[in-house]
Amino acid sequence: MFLINCPYCGERDQSEFSSGGEAHIVRPKQPKELSDDQWAEFLFMRKNIKGVQFERWNHAHGCRKWFNMARDTSNDKIHAVYKMGEKPPIK
Amino acid sequence: MSKNLRITNSKFIDQTSRISFKFDGKTLYGFKGDTLASALLANDIHLVGRSFKYHRPRGIMTCGSEEPNAIVQLGNDPSMTEPNTRATEIELYEGLEATSQNCWPSVNFDIGAINNFFSPFIPAAFYYKTFMWPASFWEKYEYFIRKSAGLGKSPTKPDRDIYDHRYLHCDVLIIGGGISGIIAAKTAAQNNLNTVLLEDKNNLGGTTIFQNNECFKINNSYSNEWLSKEIVSLNSLKNLTIKTRTTLAAYHSYNYLLARENLTDHLSLNEKKDKIRQRLWKIRAKKVIIATGAMERPLIFNNNDRPGIILSSSIKKYIDYYGVKCGQKISLFTNNDTAYETAISLSKSGVNVNSVIDIRDKSNSSIVKEAEKLGIKIHWKHTVVNTNGYKKIKSIELMKLSDDGTNVVGNKLNEECDCLGISGGWTPRVHLFTQSGGKLKFRDKDNVFLPTKSKSEQISIGSCNGDFELDDVIKNSNNLIKEFLNINSSDYENLEINCSREIDKKNIWLLPSDKPLGKTKPFLDFQNDSTAKDVKLALREGFKSIEHVKRYTTTGMGTDQGKLSNMHALGIIAETAEVKMGELGTTTFRPPYTPLTFGTIVGRNVGKFFDITRKTPIHDWHVEKKAEFENVGQWKRAWYYPKENETMHQAVQRESKAARDSAGILDASTLGKIDIQGTDSSEFLNRVYTNDWSKLEIGKCRYGLMLNEDGMVYDDGVTTRLGENHYLMTTTTGGAANVLSKMEDYLQTEWPELDVYFTSVTDHYGTVSICGPNSKKILSKVIPDLDLSDENFPHMSFKNAMIGKIRCRVMRISFTGEQSYEINVQSGYAKSLWEKCFDAGKEFNITPYGTETMHLLRAEKGFIIAGQDTDGTITPVDLQMDWIISKKKYDFVGKRSLYRTDTIREDRKQLVGLLTDDPNEVLEEGAQIVEDANKKPVEMLGHVTSSYFSPNLNKSIALAVVKSGKKLNGKKMIVPMKNKTIGVTITETVFLDKKNKRLNA
Ligand SMILES: [Zn+2]
Repeated sequence: MFLINCPYCGERDQSEFSSGGEAHIVRPKQPKELSDDQWAEFLFMRKNIKGVQFERWNHAHGCRKWFNMARDTSNDKIHAVYKMGEKPPIK
Repeated sequence: MSKNLRITNSKFIDQTSRISFKFDGKTLYGFKGDTLASALLANDIHLVGRSFKYHRPRGIMTCGSEEPNAIVQLGNDPSMTEPNTRATEIELYEGLEATSQNCWPSVNFDIGAINNFFSPFIPAAFYYKTFMWPASFWEKYEYFIRKSAGLGKSPTKPDRDIYDHRYLHCDVLIIGGGISGIIAAKTAAQNNLNTVLLEDKNNLGGTTIFQNNECFKINNSYSNEWLSKEIVSLNSLKNLTIKTRTTLAAYHSYNYLLARENLTDHLSLNEKKDKIRQRLWKIRAKKVIIATGAMERPLIFNNNDRPGIILSSSIKKYIDYYGVKCGQKISLFTNNDTAYETAISLSKSGVNVNSVIDIRDKSNSSIVKEAEKLGIKIHWKHTVVNTNGYKKIKSIELMKLSDDGTNVVGNKLNEECDCLGISGGWTPRVHLFTQSGGKLKFRDKDNVFLPTKSKSEQISIGSCNGDFELDDVIKNSNNLIKEFLNINSSDYENLEINCSREIDKKNIWLLPSDKPLGKTKPFLDFQNDSTAKDVKLALREGFKSIEHVKRYTTTGMGTDQGKLSNMHALGIIAETAEVKMGELGTTTFRPPYTPLTFGTIVGRNVGKFFDITRKTPIHDWHVEKKAEFENVGQWKRAWYYPKENETMHQAVQRESKAARDSAGILDASTLGKIDIQGTDSSEFLNRVYTNDWSKLEIGKCRYGLMLNEDGMVYDDGVTTRLGENHYLMTTTTGGAANVLSKMEDYLQTEWPELDVYFTSVTDHYGTVSICGPNSKKILSKVIPDLDLSDENFPHMSFKNAMIGKIRCRVMRISFTGEQSYEINVQSGYAKSLWEKCFDAGKEFNITPYGTETMHLLRAEKGFIIAGQDTDGTITPVDLQMDWIISKKKYDFVGKRSLYRTDTIREDRKQLVGLLTDDPNEVLEEGAQIVEDANKKPVEMLGHVTSSYFSPNLNKSIALAVVKSGKKLNGKKMIVPMKNKTIGVTITETVFLDKKNKRLNA
């Protein structure tokens, strides 16, 4: 059970949060110009790596804010939390 | 039973307070402080159960949580009985009743034991291999297997006990109240750290608290006396909380741990009453110190499972702690020094020790010398090759080991005994460390897996960290604690410690016998009856991974999770496969460390506290009118209102007819309501709804459909423009929370530049919906000032109004196809508004209707319910609702997906209407639709999504999704049911009032 440092509220128990999948996938501005394959890439394809993964999390039972998290999926270590629109502070 | 096996040397047993209990129906006596196991042993009862597969007699083998054999059924009340409890952990109380498990008709005469004589034919995976072939016989085999197998009985009635959950936060959590845990607790608490110490037994001190031996001294006191004083000194520490009878169950990441505190299990039946039985502590600790100690290993040799064969250290605890002799002629069998401590304790308590059989060539430690001084006979370099005695051990056979330890040589010696203590060395309890994600390393010297440095804020100290000698335990623990807690000095510097040190070590995982392996029964897993033979067979058959061998042989799969012999299984696998132990790895230790009862996991969340119940502000009225309720998400919604002896069908038919003939009234308060404000509100709606919102006038309402990005219908509802930058959105009852969170997601992450704000107002407003040809007349009585003419207040529009001093919003919208008004007021006024409308409608026979009638009425009109007629695979085009997809808008959520190659397929399942050939035949929702039942395999073309008998049309109607359904209007299909086949015709989805005349009637 993670202890998550919400960028707006501070450390809270994981049970207050919900996970929203991979981060930094931008919704295409001109979907009409995309082929089926390109649209499917945005719609369906997600990374599932062993190592540091960038994820979206929502403080659902708190401030309701979405934010990003860099988490190592191999040991669940949270390397960073950062606000929406910000660049990942680590590579 | 006349033997006196109790001695009076123990300060831990109160021999003045006698306790009576029952085992297998027989009344016996023990003392306060006993466990069920110690009390049984004091009554000379060893045989307590039968093994799982062969039903071999099994006796008490340990004194703790690793016990594989002495698992009993506790109590016989159908709601309170508990299976698979360990007699070694049950504290004795007045009125305790326990019975043996896995034996029939009794533990002494067990039919299943016949398996034992067939056992050469029941090798590993016998059940998989034999009973699965031929597959059709499985049901017959199963009957016999189920009857003879099984561990214990489940309770058949709800648990009457109370369980509780609590949170706990601390600076330092120490798990284990043995000597190293006590050192840690005192040091941490003295340094101003908020400290919690957990101990699963009823008192502190571990095994050192009864280590009463000349060879072990601290500052010139016996180690047990020194430790007693340390425990007393803990009482003065303000920062320290001690929880005994508290077992750590699970160690998760980020130092989140679950512990079970036992509050009443040790109390008499009367004292238990109305008290919380167990409490689950949810602990978040800044730092964790694991001091869980080590457990003794058995030895693996032929017939090593007879009652009376007990771990050597347990025999020592029974005599030194409980004052119970496990036998009167005890032999000890060991590969290490600790059995000599047992020998000395027994000898000093007047028990006859036959001999110590030691597989080593010699040992020069002080404890062995002490034993020799007492005249205890030692067979060096010997092993036990067999044991005799069916229900209790009677004698052992020993032989000399060959130099390489793989064989036995010389003559066989026979030694009579009534108890055999065995010691195969020690296994650090690293379970919690690995649960937390820690990796283990292997130490060859004494064949133990040890914790490596953990990445989280935790350390392991004492014997769970591989320190087995008293001076190492104290010195290394002290240093580790100081470093971990950033402390310069402690009370434990420069202690003068004397102890015996073990120098000579030897280990043989599978001890040889004079018989070939195939003729012996060297048990590895005592509960599941798997032997060393089974493990070797699995390897021969090609299993390589330890996890596979474990499942194939069921080694370590019992309720004890194979705590006792896991190491031997690994050792034998490594030896046979000729790999190093360290390379093999271990099996995964998963929580809980010891079994938890479901009650503890669930806590108070039972019955009506299982989930939140949401009630509308008008709920009490429905209850008064004897409505039946249905659960919609967490909501209780009035389902229908039966009059006198009406069935559900009769009530729904009456309500549906009344709503169309005159007037109906519905509590619509549960619909999700989201208040949307901000200068970009219209733009936002344009992006999340499929239709166009830019031209909606203030005061007008519009129906909207929301899609997922994959183009599938997600939710629907009517949204009203209250002002220039102000909308009120309604959602389905079940979808409200998801819709709000989805919109927040888009706003915060994709379009943060938009000026929009969402507020959930579902609970703030109560909604009364009046429908039917007389609804306008009724409303005009309730709000006389409001101009209800179609010109001033047309369909799909909204008005602010006052009812007396109460402000309300009235929407003229319809989910039934009738002229219909929804009145929203602040929740607190909703019930009085409802009553006012009801009174005003009496002259028109206004009829309250529930969700079932609402569903029927909308089905007559072919209106969908998102989640019933859609299932996440249906696009608006599939619903034949192309009209709601804006052609003008460049983009909205899900638009691009509507012309993917898959979504434009013409043979997708599409929404259609169905009429049955027999108008009285009502289809079952979910029933399959087929064109040709003779074509094999039968092609499932679709299924029924909604089905009712319409009283207004006087026939059965249904909605369904069918492949290429749009093109099939008028086509005959069949719906095959269990006992009949129903003929149907595909129709349009709208059954009633196709021209929408009733809306303005
Ligand atoms: Zn927050």
